[in-house]
Amino acid sequence: MQAAADKKVLLEVEHLKQYFPVKTDSLFKPKAYVQAVDDISFKLYEGETLSIVGESGCGKSTTGRAILRLDEPTDGKVYYSGTDILGLNKKDMRKLRGDLQVIFQDPFASLNPRQTVKQILNEAMAIQEVVEKSKRMDRMQELLGYVGLPQEALDRYPHEFSGGQRQRIGIARALAVNPKLIICDEAVSALDVSVQAQVLNLLKKLQKQFGLTFLFISHDLSVVRHISDRVMVMYLGKVVEIADKKDLFDTPLHPYTRALLSSIPVPNPELKRERIILKGDVPSPINPPKGCRFHTRCPFATEKCKTEEPALRELDTNHMVSCHYAENFK
Amino acid sequence: MMTENNKPILEVKGLKTHFFTKRGVSKAVDGIDFSLHKGETLGIVGESGCGKSITSLSILRLIPSPPGKIAGGQVLFKGKDLVTMSEDEMRRVRGNEISMIFQEPMTSLNPVLPVGEQIAEALRMHQNMGRKAAWEKSVEMLKLVGIPSPEKRAKQEPFQLSGGMRQRVMIAMALACTPEVLIADEPTTALDVTIQAQILELIKDLQNRLGMGVIMITHDLGVVAETCDTVAVMYAGNIIEHAPTEKIFANPRHPYTQGLLDSLPKIHEDQEELQTIEGSVPSPYNMPAGCRFASRCPHQQPICHEKQPELIEQNDGVKVRCWMYTDQWTAKMVKEEAVK
Amino acid sequence: MLMFIVRRLMQTIPVIIGVTFVVFFIMQLVPGDPAVLLAGEGASKETINAIREQLGLNRPLLVQYFDYLTSVFRGDFGVSLKNSQPVLDEILVRLPITIELAFFSILITIVLGMAAGIISAIKPYSLKDTLVMIVALLGISLPSFWFGLMLMYFFSVKLQILPVAGWDSLLHVILPALTLGAGGAAIVARMTRSSMLEVIRQDYIRTARAKGVRESVIIYKHGLRNALIPVITVVGLQFGALLGGTVLVESIFAINGLGRMIVDSIRMRDLPMVQGGVLVASLVFVVVNLLVDVLYRFFNKRIELN
Repeated sequence: MQAAADKKVLLEVEHLKQYFPVKTDSLFKPKAYVQAVDDISFKLYEGETLSIVGESGCGKSTTGRAILRLDEPTDGKVYYSGTDILGLNKKDMRKLRGDLQVIFQDPFASLNPRQTVKQILNEAMAIQEVVEKSKRMDRMQELLGYVGLPQEALDRYPHEFSGGQRQRIGIARALAVNPKLIICDEAVSALDVSVQAQVLNLLKKLQKQFGLTFLFISHDLSVVRHISDRVMVMYLGKVVEIADKKDLFDTPLHPYTRALLSSIPVPNPELKRERIILKGDVPSPINPPKGCRFHTRCPFATEKCKTEEPALRELDTNHMVSCHYAENFK
Repeated sequence: MMTENNKPILEVKGLKTHFFTKRGVSKAVDGIDFSLHKGETLGIVGESGCGKSITSLSILRLIPSPPGKIAGGQVLFKGKDLVTMSEDEMRRVRGNEISMIFQEPMTSLNPVLPVGEQIAEALRMHQNMGRKAAWEKSVEMLKLVGIPSPEKRAKQEPFQLSGGMRQRVMIAMALACTPEVLIADEPTTALDVTIQAQILELIKDLQNRLGMGVIMITHDLGVVAETCDTVAVMYAGNIIEHAPTEKIFANPRHPYTQGLLDSLPKIHEDQEELQTIEGSVPSPYNMPAGCRFASRCPHQQPICHEKQPELIEQNDGVKVRCWMYTDQWTAKMVKEEAVK
Repeated sequence: MLMFIVRRLMQTIPVIIGVTFVVFFIMQLVPGDPAVLLAGEGASKETINAIREQLGLNRPLLVQYFDYLTSVFRGDFGVSLKNSQPVLDEILVRLPITIELAFFSILITIVLGMAAGIISAIKPYSLKDTLVMIVALLGISLPSFWFGLMLMYFFSVKLQILPVAGWDSLLHVILPALTLGAGGAAIVARMTRSSMLEVIRQDYIRTARAKGVRESVIIYKHGLRNALIPVITVVGLQFGALLGGTVLVESIFAINGLGRMIVDSIRMRDLPMVQGGVLVASLVFVVVNLLVDVLYRFFNKRIELN
C-alpha cells in the first residue's frame, strides 16, 4: 500500500445519518425511527477496496444505498472527488451515476428478465451516453471478453445463465459506463464457493485493469479478508472499527470485532481457537442502547459503557476504533 | 465419539431419489450409501444442486410427490426400512424418533400459531400427553434451548421472535420427543455469524446431553470442520468422498474435494488469486456415463468418461469415488499426469 | 386494535360524504324531470312549476345538496316524492329483508366456495379438482338473472319443491340466495384453491409434516388458517358485488327489499328515495368493509408490525 499522504481521497462520507420512520399504531405516540445509519464518517481512497462488514441490521447496505442516493440520507455529506453528491440536482446526479456503479447480491432480481444481454448493456450505455451508437457493438463484445462470457451471450436472456454467469452480466453492465467506483453489495453472497472464487478473481483482475475503487459490502469475513485493503466493521448503525486489513484481522481492537472474528467457523479441524460466543441478539435499531451500542452483549462492559458513547479514535496509524478500553486489547 | 463396534442407528443403502418431470427424469440423488451411529455427527456437504437436501428429505420421506419419488434403495432405521413403511408408521417416526430442522427459521414456523403450541402439538401426538402436560413440557424445552422468559415466549407467535430465537424454537420442537436422529438442513445458513456460533454450540451441547446422532447438511466447510465427526462430500447426486473430518481437511483425495477446499478464501492467510474449478455441474436430467466430475477434472483420463467409479474404501478408512485410487489407474496414466 | 378501529371509522366519514355527493349529482344528470312525472301526463306548465316550487327543485343544485346533506346527518332522509312518506320509514321496512337475503347469500358464498376450494386443493389436477373448477368457472360466467330464472324454472315450475317468488318463509330464501351467492362462491372457491396451494408449498407445512402431523390436521389447522387471509379480502369485495346483485335478484323473485325499492324509485324519478336507498346501501358496504379489515387483522397479526 502507498503511504497515507499520497493517497487520493475519492469518496468522503461525513456524519452520514439514515433514519427511517416506523409506522406506529397510535395517533398520539411520538414517531419512532429506525436509526439504520447513525452518524458515520469514513474515507475511500482511489484504487483501494474498502469493505464494510457487520451482521444484518448493522447498516452496511443502507450506507451503500445512501451514498448512491437510492434512499435520500437524513443528514450528512458525501463528497465524491470534492463535490457534495447529496447537494446535486437530478441532472448532475444522473451524470455522476456513470462514475458510481453498483452490483447487487441477487443478479437475477436486478436484471430485467425480458431484456437480452445486448439490450441490458445497450441501455446502460445509452443512459450515460458514454459510447457512440456505432461503436456500441464493439464495446459490448469487449465487455463480454472482460467478464469472461462468450460472444453468443449477447442474444440470450438472464434466465438462460447460471448464478455466477448472471453476476458476470451484472459486472459487465456496471463496467459498460466506465465507472470509477463500484459498490458491491453482497455481490458474491448468493454464489457457491467454487463460483464465488471465480467472481472474486474476476473482480480483482478488473480492479487492476481499470484502476477501479471498490466499496465492498459483505457479511462474509473470509471473502472480505481476501478482497480488501481496508476493512470497516459496523454494529447497529455505528462504525466500531476501521483498519488496514492485516491490522484488523491480526489485532482486532474492538470486542465486537474480536467476537465476530472468533465466531467464523474455520475449515480447519486442527485449528483450536478460543471462541467468544456473544450472548443474546442484536438490539433493535429503533431504540438502540444508550452509551456504547454494543454494551448489552459486550463481555467487558462497565458502567461507563452504559452511559457514555465512545468516540471513534485513532489508536494506531490508520487504525480507528470506538471503544473506551481498546488499549487493553493491544 | 464414534462407536465403531455398535450397529449404526441409521443406514442408507443405495438411495435413489428421482424427479419425474416434463423435461425428463432428474436424478437428484442417485445411489448413495452412508450410516450414522448414536452420538455421531455426520456432515453432508456440497454445492447447490448436489442433492444433499433431497437426501435429508428422502430419509423422512418428505419429498413432494409427484414429481419426486424414491426410486430405489433402503433407509434402515434401527433395522426397519423407512422406504417401504406405511404412511401411518412413517408418521410415528417423524418428529418422534427422527426429527428435522430447516434452513429458514423465518418461514419454517407456522405464522399464525403460538410457538408453544407448535412444540406441544408434537408432544400430544407422539407422547400421548394431555394439553396441560404438553404445554408445560414445551415451556421446559424452550428453557432448555436457552430462550429467556420461556413462559411468555411460548404464547407468542413467530413474528415476535428474532431469527436466532426462531431457530432455537425449531430445535426445541425437533428435540421435544427426544429423537434418536436429528437431521439439520443448513440450520445456520440464514443466521448471522455470532448467532450461528450460538446455535452450533447449542446443537453440540444438546447432542452431548441427549446422545442423538446428527446429520448436518451444509454448504459451509467451516461449519463441517467445527461440528462433524465424519463428512460425506456430495457432487451431482453421488457421494464422492466419505471420511473422518480431520482426514478430509488434511488430505482431500477426490479432485472435487480438493478443488472445493482450494476455492475457499482463507481467513488466516493471504492469497493473491483463488483456485477455481473450471466448467459446471452436469445437468441432473442428463448425467454423463462416466465419472460425473470428469469433464471438470484436472486429472481426467479416457476411463473417467467411460465408466463411473465406485465409492471404494482405502486402507485408512477414507472412501473415495475416483479412478485415481484404483488399480485401473495404470503407471502409464501416472506418467501422463506427471507430464501435465 | 381499538385505535385501529377508531382510525378506520374516521376514514369512513369522507367516504360517506363522497357517496352522498356522487349519488346526488348523478341523479341530477339522469334525464327526466321528477316534477313532470309527478304532475302526470298532460299537466299544465303552472302545475309543474308549482310542484317544483313546493319541493324546492328550482333552487341552485349546490344549495339543494347541502340542504340534503345536513338533513341526512340529522337522520332526515326527506320524504318520498311519490307518496310523501318519510324515506327513512320505507328504508327501515325494506332493509332487513335485503340484509337477510344478503346474509344467506354470503353464507352460501363462504361455505360453498371454501368447501369447493379445499376439495380442489387437496388433490390438485385430479378429476375432482377439474370438475369443481369447471363448475366454478360456470358460476362466474353465467349471468345471475339467467341463472335465477333457470333455478326458478327447474325447482319451482318443474319440480315444484320451492316457491316461485315472494318472501314469506325460509323456503323462499333458498333460490334467491343461491342465485345471488353462486357467483361469489365460484370466485371464493378459486381463491381458496389457489391460496391453499400456495400455503401448502410453504416451509412451515413441511415443518408440520416433518413433525409427523396427520395430513387432515395439516390441511385444517396449519393450512386453512393461513390460506383464509386472502380469502377474507375476496369475501369482503364480493359483498359489494352482492349488494349490487340484490337489485336484480329482488326484481326477479319479486322481493320487496331495498334493491327493488331503488329500482322502482329510479323508474319514478323519486329522487329522495333513490338517494336514501343508495346511501344506506353504501353505509352497509362501508360497515362490512370495516368488519373485513378488522377480521383480516385478527387473522394476520403480522400486519400490525409492518
